[in-house]
Amino acid sequence: MIADLLAPLDFEFFRNGLIVATLAGGLCGLIGVYVVLKGMSYIGHGLSHAIFGGFAASSLLGVSFVLGAGAWGIASALMINAVTRRRTIGADAAIGVVTTASFALGLVLFALFGGVGRSFDAALFGSILGVSGGDVLLVGGICLAAGALVFLRYRDLLFTTFDPEVAEASGVSTARIDALLMVVLAAAILATMQVLGVTLVAATLVIPPTVARMLTSSFSRMLGLSTAIGAACGFVGMNLSYHLDVQSGPAIVLVGALLFAAVFVWTGARAALRDTRHGRLASA
Amino acid sequence: MSPLLRVVRAETPVAQRLGPRELVRLAAVSFDYGSGASVLADVSLTVAERQFVGVVGPSGSGKTTLLRTILGSARPCSGSVLRRDGLRVAYVPQVESVDWSFPVTVGECVLMARPSDRRRPWASAPERREVAVVLERLGLNGLAGRHIRELSGGQQQRVFIARALMRRPQLLLMDEPTSGVDARLRHEILHLLDDLNAAGLAIVLTTHDLNGIAAHLPRLVCLNRRVVAAGRPADVLRPDVLEETYGASMQVLEHAGMPVVIDGFQRERPVSSPPRIHTPREHARLRLGAR
Repeated sequence: MIADLLAPLDFEFFRNGLIVATLAGGLCGLIGVYVVLKGMSYIGHGLSHAIFGGFAASSLLGVSFVLGAGAWGIASALMINAVTRRRTIGADAAIGVVTTASFALGLVLFALFGGVGRSFDAALFGSILGVSGGDVLLVGGICLAAGALVFLRYRDLLFTTFDPEVAEASGVSTARIDALLMVVLAAAILATMQVLGVTLVAATLVIPPTVARMLTSSFSRMLGLSTAIGAACGFVGMNLSYHLDVQSGPAIVLVGALLFAAVFVWTGARAALRDTRHGRLASA
Repeated sequence: MSPLLRVVRAETPVAQRLGPRELVRLAAVSFDYGSGASVLADVSLTVAERQFVGVVGPSGSGKTTLLRTILGSARPCSGSVLRRDGLRVAYVPQVESVDWSFPVTVGECVLMARPSDRRRPWASAPERREVAVVLERLGLNGLAGRHIRELSGGQQQRVFIARALMRRPQLLLMDEPTSGVDARLRHEILHLLDDLNAAGLAIVLTTHDLNGIAAHLPRLVCLNRRVVAAGRPADVLRPDVLEETYGASMQVLEHAGMPVVIDGFQRERPVSSPPRIHTPREHARLRLGAR
């Protein structure tokens, strides 16, 4: 039984994939807290699609996937950030334009010139076959950088997320904090895209913080919980994908969705139980 | 130096020096949000140490913009804003603008505004003591671990005052601290602000409440894009000033030495009874009758 569970670890590609899924899951859980609380879930979803354009372009030009898609992603992220800070255009509409155009460009490039290296399917739904030792180091590096940012700018990030106007008035440079957050978000999506694919990345940004929010009302605890949940979903989902013989992306997302459903039911039942007890006390 | 403390100087140099007791001076300040319609026009105003000033005026009269100009988050298009060197200003937003479902405890909320070069997320021991002292001072002791939504309305307002006090301000700016609160809570907040003012804090607040708040303050500014009048309530709460400020006629009575403003609006009595809603069958009958 245990030997069966450990069997996939004999393969290097699986070990690499498992490490990347766990690290990237934790990273997205951490950044997702800010994404969800700032009401930017849609940006996360859009950004992952935008990065697909960079992915196609980089495979066409023969440059490194990380370099091409990374530069493209950060450029889109900063563009979205600039657009959302302007008030005259509806932010959601502007994001829709930027990200879908980039996604469409990726599709066109693939159709015209065909993919080189990583396959089209892998980009859309994730594949762990292409995860190299270098990728593992890269994802580890992104995690460290993002973790350091959240650690060092914790208060400014919290203040900017909760109350941007007063934060600005209190001397916090909210524009810089927002831009930093967008860059880190782009990096997190890039790290996760390999194992999850463009279409499912948004789930790892949204599910862990949403589950954590149901379990706590403290910001610092939510950050910790969400990171742990994201990492656990990546780890469990990746193992399940091997044993059930399905793609890694859907397996990771479904583990998260099941956890969400369980916590949703459990916290709901707990609240209902508390209400009935209070009701009894009140009527007694 | 943070942007908050920077002295903003526009083109026209007017009244370049602050008096010894002055904290902020606005000289001929005008402001618009880029659309050409001015929000503030030629506003001159000084706030001195230990002053307690209420800003009254109709919606859209530039009250919040005036606060933001004093704060430094809005830059005037013309005119000058002088702040005392190193002046610490804190701002309490309208309670309605707060996201109450945001996962943040009272302690976290109060601590986030503390200016600090500390590069660690958690609070240091002196910071924790400081939070405890501020919470105690505002009667919020023991609530640091509670979520902000679990508090009563008055406690919620005080959490944001506590957050502002963490900046150890010399000047506190509050936007509508009593909008949508009941009389008891209004008294509670007014007493609290009075105590803070007595302890040396200068306060500028905006309010819609002429009788409940404005009449009790030592100094009022009537604003309608420009300063219509400024002075003691007994001097500025006059029918002519109020009409000019609000563009509507109001009457002022006196009760126990305090002005009481009465909205002059009188509804015209309806001449005929209002139309009643007919049932379909009645409607059909009426139409048949009309034919």
